[in-house]
Amino acid sequence: MSESALRLVWIYPDLLSTYGDRGNVLVVERRARQRRLEVERIDVRSDQPVPTSGDIYLIGGGEDRPQRLAGERLRQDPGLGRAIENGAIVFAVCAGYQILGHEFIDDRGERTAGLGLLDVWSTRGESKRNVGDIVAEPDPRLGLPTLTGFENHQGVTHLGQGVSPLARVSVGGGNGTGDGTEGAWRDTVFGTYLHGPIMARNPIVADLLIKLALDVSALPPVDNTWYDALRSERIAAAQSAS
Amino acid sequence: MSAHPDPAAPSASLNARAKLAVTAGKAAAAVSRAAGRGSGSVIGGRVALKLDPELLSRVSEGLDVILVSATNGKTTTTRLIAEALKAAGPVVSNALGANMPAGITSALADSGEARFGVIEVDEKYLNQVARATHPKAIALLNLSRDQLDRSSETRMLAENWREGLAGSEAVIIANADDPLVTWAASSCKKVIWVAAGQAYKEDAWSCPSCGGVMQRPDEEWFCPSCGFRRPQPHWALQGEFVVDPQGNPWPIRLQLPGRANLSNATSTAAVVSVFGVHPQIALQRMESVQAVAGRYESVVVHGREVRLLLAKNPAGWLETFSLIDPAPAPVVLSVNALSADGTDTSWLWDVDYERLVGHPVFVMGQRKLDLAVRLEVAGVQFQVVDSIQQAVAMAPQGRIEAIANYTAFQQLRRDVANVN
Repeated sequence: MSESALRLVWIYPDLLSTYGDRGNVLVVERRARQRRLEVERIDVRSDQPVPTSGDIYLIGGGEDRPQRLAGERLRQDPGLGRAIENGAIVFAVCAGYQILGHEFIDDRGERTAGLGLLDVWSTRGESKRNVGDIVAEPDPRLGLPTLTGFENHQGVTHLGQGVSPLARVSVGGGNGTGDGTEGAWRDTVFGTYLHGPIMARNPIVADLLIKLALDVSALPPVDNTWYDALRSERIAAAQSAS
Repeated sequence: MSAHPDPAAPSASLNARAKLAVTAGKAAAAVSRAAGRGSGSVIGGRVALKLDPELLSRVSEGLDVILVSATNGKTTTTRLIAEALKAAGPVVSNALGANMPAGITSALADSGEARFGVIEVDEKYLNQVARATHPKAIALLNLSRDQLDRSSETRMLAENWREGLAGSEAVIIANADDPLVTWAASSCKKVIWVAAGQAYKEDAWSCPSCGGVMQRPDEEWFCPSCGFRRPQPHWALQGEFVVDPQGNPWPIRLQLPGRANLSNATSTAAVVSVFGVHPQIALQRMESVQAVAGRYESVVVHGREVRLLLAKNPAGWLETFSLIDPAPAPVVLSVNALSADGTDTSWLWDVDYERLVGHPVFVMGQRKLDLAVRLEVAGVQFQVVDSIQQAVAMAPQGRIEAIANYTAFQQLRRDVANVN
């Protein structure tokens, strides 16, 4: 981490900010400031270079055409890859998750190269679109509680040997591969299909990113009353609907 | 609307099958009303359309049809155009906001002696309704994100409009400040460009033509990659004036509040000028419009004034925040996530609730906990309540601004009606 402030980088809000993805940025920023951390937020538009010195990089979801454009522009930009080599944390949602992988299907129905930063590849599902509340049990090594979110995607993401599933789905579609996996992660790079946004539904995920950035094992507690109330309501609603 | 000797009798120009369809539709609407399921215009239209699929074409024959579509402001603008056009002749309109083919058919079946049909159209049905009704004019106000879990992406809507309207004989009245609307209209033969403003720009950073990153210096916009740019407007909203194509400013004095309604009034003046109504006359007539389908209506609840405001998506919320009374006016927020609202609440994070800092805020509705977390992160002081009555009882002095999304707004109207 850089000396003075936590550098929080939001990649391409002009293209990948369709499903309230700004919420993830706001929640990480808020929870860092509640721990009296200085936060420098850097919004990188798709005609600007991705800085290499960020601590946490967030990438959101988007529709098919903006996803292709974002993939094209990020492939031309070595910034994100260098940041990961420097130990930066990357958290990507939906379209952003697919872009991190080896390839995805674009708006023209063509296989398009991703960034290869996660050992996953995405295809288009044959069955109906996954839309609705999702509940998943995270990889126990991450020390996270049950995840709740909202998913909305046609894509199916296949996991290679180089990653672990982020979670196991109990309600919803997740990666859509039929094996009950949801998302993928390796070291400090995470991908998921959970919108909601995920940090608002699961503030402990925001805390995890901050802890990884600070290289600490715990953070001072903050008031989670409303987050907890929302989590309980959404988990119960998803379970009773399924 | 003009008087008609028997409002239940279909117009004389309809053929036998269409007459039967209209009559059957009205019977169904009456049953629906009797069963307490709303105005009945949609179910009536649906029955009628099933009996005669070409009914929408038939019922619009003989009318000069004006279509109005947008993400936000279409109900209000339809009302403003209907009011202004009465200067030129009798008008029929789907004033209750039933804006899909069935509801439109039902509204036009009651056209009586009307010369003009002023029709609000859901964005997704614009091409279909335009093909059926052969409009003289189409007003395109704005496009932005709305109900992402079930509607298609915003740019795809613009692309559909563009393809569907390319051969239209209608005069298109389009907002030159909205790049997506401009993209949709720019393949049309006859376009009147209106600088009607755009407050929410987050869906307009990517060039709809080539995907380049849009540059937006001052009120201009252009794509440096392909050269697509804002057209020179014929009409413009400047401050609280409509500026006509000759450069004459006409003052806007509406009872309806907010910048968005100044914008709607400007588009209205441009639309009705196509039919020979002078902007001064049009604006005078618009002054009479108060609440539209309950929007902006002030009601009294337990002795307190409550203003009912509808906001369905990020652009709508942004416009609404700009018109509410300044802090510390109390604010009630109510959000539902039923199918008509969109079941995904993540759009709450695209709304700048930070603007409510300083207001005492009360949150309610089916998704009040989503609102609570959103406001907590925004640093806004709030209390969670179960009803508008409870919010009113707790609110400090001042007019209470109650802002709700679609079904929460309907619920709010029912609740305040029941209290009184």
